[in-house]
Amino acid sequence: MAGTKSGREEKDFSEGSVIELAEVQTAAAPQEVCCGGAPPPKTNPLERPGYTLKPFVRAFIKDSRSDVALVKTELDFSDHIGALLARLGINRDEYRIAPGLYGVGYPGQGSPVIVTANYKLTFDFVRRELAGLDCWILVLDTCGINVWCAAGKRTFSTEEIVYRIKETGLSERVNHRRVIVPQLGASGIAAHEVRKRCGFRVVYGPVKAVALKAFLENDMQATEKMRTVTFTFGERFELIPVEFYLFGRKVWWIFPLLFIISGFSPDIFSPLQGWQRGILVSSAALWGGVCGMLIVPLLLPWIPGRAFSLKGALLAMATTPAFVLVADLQVLETTALVLVFTSISSHLAMNFTGSTPYTSPSGVEKEMKRALPLQGLALAAGIVMWLAAPFVNI
Amino acid sequence: MKGLRYIENVASLTLDKDRCVGCSTCVTVCPHRVFQLQESKAVMVDKNGCMECGACAVNCPVDAIRVDPGVGCASLIINRWLKGKNLPSGSCC
Repeated sequence: MAGTKSGREEKDFSEGSVIELAEVQTAAAPQEVCCGGAPPPKTNPLERPGYTLKPFVRAFIKDSRSDVALVKTELDFSDHIGALLARLGINRDEYRIAPGLYGVGYPGQGSPVIVTANYKLTFDFVRRELAGLDCWILVLDTCGINVWCAAGKRTFSTEEIVYRIKETGLSERVNHRRVIVPQLGASGIAAHEVRKRCGFRVVYGPVKAVALKAFLENDMQATEKMRTVTFTFGERFELIPVEFYLFGRKVWWIFPLLFIISGFSPDIFSPLQGWQRGILVSSAALWGGVCGMLIVPLLLPWIPGRAFSLKGALLAMATTPAFVLVADLQVLETTALVLVFTSISSHLAMNFTGSTPYTSPSGVEKEMKRALPLQGLALAAGIVMWLAAPFVNI
Repeated sequence: MKGLRYIENVASLTLDKDRCVGCSTCVTVCPHRVFQLQESKAVMVDKNGCMECGACAVNCPVDAIRVDPGVGCASLIINRWLKGKNLPSGSCC
C-alpha cells in the first residue's frame, strides 16, 4: 500500500488549540528496492530539528502559546530499564526530564493541575496513575530529585512553583486557580505564600501518587490513610541497592588495605598470611556492611531498640556464634573480628536514618552523640587486636 | 507509623495555641498525623511522632508553629560537625 495515509490529524481542541497525533507515517513503498530492502518508517512527525522527542510523549498541543507535550500513561520497556538503573544508582543524577507543563489525556480549561518533580522516576509514577484522566502536570525543576528530598533541599519550593506557574502561562491554560501539590512537598512550599504571589491556591494531594485518582474522584478530599507516610518492607527494600552502590564507591579501597595490614607478621611481612587473614577480616567488614545496610533496613520494625545504631550492633552481635563456628580462630582474633563487624554494622545502620521517613534530626543527633564514640572505639580496638594477633598467642 | 517509632522526647516542635487560627493546614500536611483540630484549634496529639520535616511550620499562615527543621540523616550531621554549621539544613539523600 502506498504511504498516503496522513500521520497527522488536526483536531479542534481546548479553545482553538490544535493537537498533532504522533502516528508514524510509513514511507511510500518503492517500486524497486536497490539495497537492503524497503526503507524503515519515516521520522516521527513530532520530531523537530535540534530537539529529542522523548518516547513518553504521544502528542503536542499546539497554539500561539508554547507547546504542551501530552504524555502516555503506560510505561514502556525503556521506562522500566531506566527505573531499574536509577534504583541501582547508576544513572540516578541524570534521570530527569525537562521542567514545564505536560498533559495526560485531553486536558482543558477545567482540568486539574498536578504538580510534581522532574526526577523521571517520580514523573513516571505520576503519569501512570493518571491513566484515563484529563490532567495537566506541572513539572518543577528539582534538579532531578524526588519530591520529598527536593522539598528538604528547598528546590521543590515556593519560589520554583511560583516561577513555573508564571513561566508556563498556566493561568491562560486553565480557568480555575488551583494546583495539586503532593503532600510530601509541603515542607518546601508555603501554600499561603504561593497564593499571595501568583493567585493559585495550593491543594495538598495524597502522600502517594497511587492515591491520586481516588483523591481526584473524591472531590479532592484525602483520607487519613492517604495523608500518612508509610515505610513498608517493599519501600525499604527499594532503597538498599542505591545505598550499596553509593557507599561501595566511597569505601572500596578499604578492602585492599585490609589485606595489607593482615600480612604484618613476626617475619615483618608475609603475603600468604596477608591473603589468608585478609579474606577473614574483609569478610567480617563485608558482613558488617550486609548487617547494617541490608538486614537492619529490611527487618527494621522487628529488631529491638529505637536507635538505629543499637539495632545494628544487636543484630551483628547476634550473629557472633555462627561466625565463631565458621571461622574457628583464636580468642583474640575472634574478638577483633566481632568488634569490626559490630561497629561497622552499627555505624551503617545509623547511616540508614537518612533514608527513612520518620527519623527526626534531633533524634539522630542525640543517637550519634552516644553511638559514634563507641563505634570508633570498638573499631579501633578491633583493628589493634587484629594487628597484634600474629605476634601473640591468645 | 505502626511498628516504626524513633527516639522519644527530642522533637523541637512547639505550638502557640493563642496564635492558632484553626485553618487546619498543619493537620493536612503532617505526614505523621501529629496534629488534630479540636474546638477550632490545632493540638499536638502525637508530638513524639514528629520527624521535624518542617511542613507544618512552613505552611502555618500565622507563624504559630516552630520547629527546627531538617533531615534526620547521620552522614549529613557528621558532615556538618566536620565542616562547620554553615551547611544548609537539608541536603542529604
